[in-house]
Amino acid sequence: MEIENFIPAKYFCEVYKVDASFVDSLKDYGLITIVVYEEIEYIEKEKLNELEKMIRLHYDLNINMEGIEAISHLLNKIDTLQQEINALKSRL
Amino acid sequence: MEFIDYYKVLELSNTANEAEIKKAYRKLARKYHPDLNPNDANAKKKFQEINEANEVLSDPEKRKKYDQYGKDWKHADEFNNYKRSQDNKQQSEGSSQQWGGGDFSGEDFSDFFGSMFGRQGNGKRSQAKYRGQDFNAELQLSLRDVFTTHKQTLTVNGKSIRITIPAGVENGQVIKISGHGGEGVNGGPNGDLYITFSIINNTNFKREGNNLFSDVELDLYTAVLGGDITIDTFDGKVKLPVKAETQNGMKVKLKGKGFPVYKREGEFGDLYVTFKINTPINLSEKEKELFKELSKIRNNGN
Repeated sequence: MEIENFIPAKYFCEVYKVDASFVDSLKDYGLITIVVYEEIEYIEKEKLNELEKMIRLHYDLNINMEGIEAISHLLNKIDTLQQEINALKSRL
Repeated sequence: MEFIDYYKVLELSNTANEAEIKKAYRKLARKYHPDLNPNDANAKKKFQEINEANEVLSDPEKRKKYDQYGKDWKHADEFNNYKRSQDNKQQSEGSSQQWGGGDFSGEDFSDFFGSMFGRQGNGKRSQAKYRGQDFNAELQLSLRDVFTTHKQTLTVNGKSIRITIPAGVENGQVIKISGHGGEGVNGGPNGDLYITFSIINNTNFKREGNNLFSDVELDLYTAVLGGDITIDTFDGKVKLPVKAETQNGMKVKLKGKGFPVYKREGEFGDLYVTFKINTPINLSEKEKELFKELSKIRNNGN
């Protein structure tokens, strides 16, 4: 594990002003992966954008975990379809 | 600058209470939020309008002023002038806010809002640091371009960026340029730039990973008797000895004459050459006789 690619979950909660239970719920729903290293929980930096999106959905739009799960799934689908469209367009 | 009916924007009557405003805002925000409508400029605009309406109607003080002066705002000179002077003061102190990066607080307000309330909203969660948005770009290159490491200047979102493209980049490969995405908000880090390479192959070589494949035509006599031929490799011509009795479709490997290995300087894949033997056409009478003779020898052994 290269530590520079991760940030401590506790620090993440402080910076983004979110409750630790929010991160726990995301983990329980399989929406994020928490890596434990020397008894400290870490979040992958690469996933920060996704996490920020989930924060906005939950805190700003009042969407619960089940909703975030469904939305994440659909957004991934849109992204895949968009990539396919781009690939097809570049072939024309 | 036109009057904006914030009640209409939130699809409410002007007697709506706080709970109704909140409910209407959340309902519309869930429909138009940029996170739920990626790359949709119309939804983004609509979301900004909804946010602005909510900013005014959810704040009792702002709502009171809006209700009082709203429709008659053009005549509220005294009020406007006072607010403008307040705005200027705030802006000169560097407190103005702008829409940016991944911050979807929506504080990109209309001129109408600005003239009544100044440019600054409540910014409920705006103190949180947000990482800038990641940008995705596609770069089209020819196979020849990626045979050598080279630098190229790209323009992404109006900004020029000079990147080094290492030799051996694959078609569809994505590289990350850290910190060259959207700007972070409230001191958050910048997003990253992801470049997807689309590599067009207009050469006679087929590429599979680091190896190259090509067909080489061989005349019948060289194939039968052997000899030296000159063939094209990706970076020039080389002399290739052909063994006697070479068969059609036979392959030879030219070690190290393939494509450069990504980020491993001086290492190359191999070139696989497939021989395509050309049988002679338009034979003269003498040639035909000699071929018949050869055929007899082959069949009868003398």
